[in-house]
Amino acid sequence: MNVLAALGRWVLEGFSQVGRLSFFVIESARGIGEVRIWWPRMMVEAWNIGAGSLFIVMLISAFAGAVTALQTGYQFTGSIPYYVVGTLVVSSIILELGPVLTALILAGRIGARYAAELGTMRVTEQIDALESLGRSPASHLVIPRVLAGLIMIPALTVLANLSGVLSGWISVKAVLPVTDADFIYGAQYYWRPWDAYYSIIKAFFFAGSITIIACYMGFNTQQGAEGVGRSTTTAVVTSSVLILVLDTVLTRLLLNQ
Amino acid sequence: MIELYNLHKQFGKQVVLDNVDFEVREGETVALLGPSGTGKSVLLKHIIGLIKPDHGKVVVDGKDVSTLKRRELSELRSRIGYVFQNGALFDSMNVFENVRLGITDQAKYSDYDYCRERIAECIRLVNLAPETIEKFPAQLSGGMRKRVGIARAIAGAPKYLLYDEPTSGLDPVNADIIDSLVQRLDNELGVTSVMVTHDVRGAFRVADRLALLSEGVIVMQGTPQEFLASSNPKVREFLERDFDNPSFAA
Repeated sequence: MNVLAALGRWVLEGFSQVGRLSFFVIESARGIGEVRIWWPRMMVEAWNIGAGSLFIVMLISAFAGAVTALQTGYQFTGSIPYYVVGTLVVSSIILELGPVLTALILAGRIGARYAAELGTMRVTEQIDALESLGRSPASHLVIPRVLAGLIMIPALTVLANLSGVLSGWISVKAVLPVTDADFIYGAQYYWRPWDAYYSIIKAFFFAGSITIIACYMGFNTQQGAEGVGRSTTTAVVTSSVLILVLDTVLTRLLLNQ
Repeated sequence: MIELYNLHKQFGKQVVLDNVDFEVREGETVALLGPSGTGKSVLLKHIIGLIKPDHGKVVVDGKDVSTLKRRELSELRSRIGYVFQNGALFDSMNVFENVRLGITDQAKYSDYDYCRERIAECIRLVNLAPETIEKFPAQLSGGMRKRVGIARAIAGAPKYLLYDEPTSGLDPVNADIIDSLVQRLDNELGVTSVMVTHDVRGAFRVADRLALLSEGVIVMQGTPQEFLASSNPKVREFLERDFDNPSFAA
């Protein structure tokens, strides 16, 4: 009975959080008209996300591309034509590894930063101060961060895809007798332009989940430094789980029709 | 005029404000006294609409704060300067930009020359050196941060000033400087002020009227002389420590 009661409380709390999050999104969206407030701040945030994350995103994607290529070579040597390596590397990176790995890295890097920044602003009353000055925390703090994420995370995903494919191409040539022509032939054989759009659409949804959850957690921080730590951890864990759930749902909706 | 009617607020099961009635008349300075954790800051945040009451009303200039629309609330807030306990300065901005945010009129905020002059004037009013405007909050002492917080609160030429523990955490010398500053601003700017504090000595120096909040209830309201003459045990208990202090007696 206690287990059922605890489960019931957990479910209710979950619904309550979803309700509060929806309310937060609607309230924040009301600040979208204040373009001159959020535009310059968005540019700063976009630069911070892009310049600060480019190296780590491309590095991890390059390693993912290389490992995918090498494992494909190991598993399929002698059984299927070499050009299939090109197909598998390009498809794996663009459909799955590029967007998902980039999103998980940025959930840690950007999500943690936003939750900690806004959480600290909440506990030191900086957000209250902004409100007390008759200014909208949404247009000063939330909208610039969310829009910067929605622009830069898909852009970083495109670069991560390029990095992963190039790295896989170079790696597979180093260990298998695959020519450039084989790789390109394989990459083009099953290629559909929709795959590229799908990758960017996924990145867009992942960007929304990272930035909105981080801002929401930061805004609802309580109880000092411990609360900031708790918000930061919760933001990263929640957005990482949501990325994996969205990955499954979007694959089902956009690829398996 | 600020009026609180039957104001009630609780967090979970803890009642913080228990049907409080309170008013602040035009031009006066009221000190809201009370031990830590009795709901003084919560009461102050109700006045500016940062917290909504469970029931009861907060009326500022004839308008019920909790029923105001976003734009009306923003307009009301532009007439109220709020000094936060620890300054609540924006870490990522220097003093100039922090104080500039206090200029709530958008046309004036966009006029850089006006902002420069107004900020220099506010910085002078709070007794800070002109070069302070280039500094970031992390480069300032606690007392300087509080004074920048006051400069930001007065930058928009508000009608009301709300101070949340302006002297807490400061040494007696700096606390005296802030008290004198509050007194001078009240006289020079002619604002209506509410000061939340547990510093009895400072409250007696600055305020026209005092109110003692204890366990969510206003125990007594009156002039400093009425407080000194009071036989209410809660008032006596709260004042006792400072009555024994020779500097207070002086």
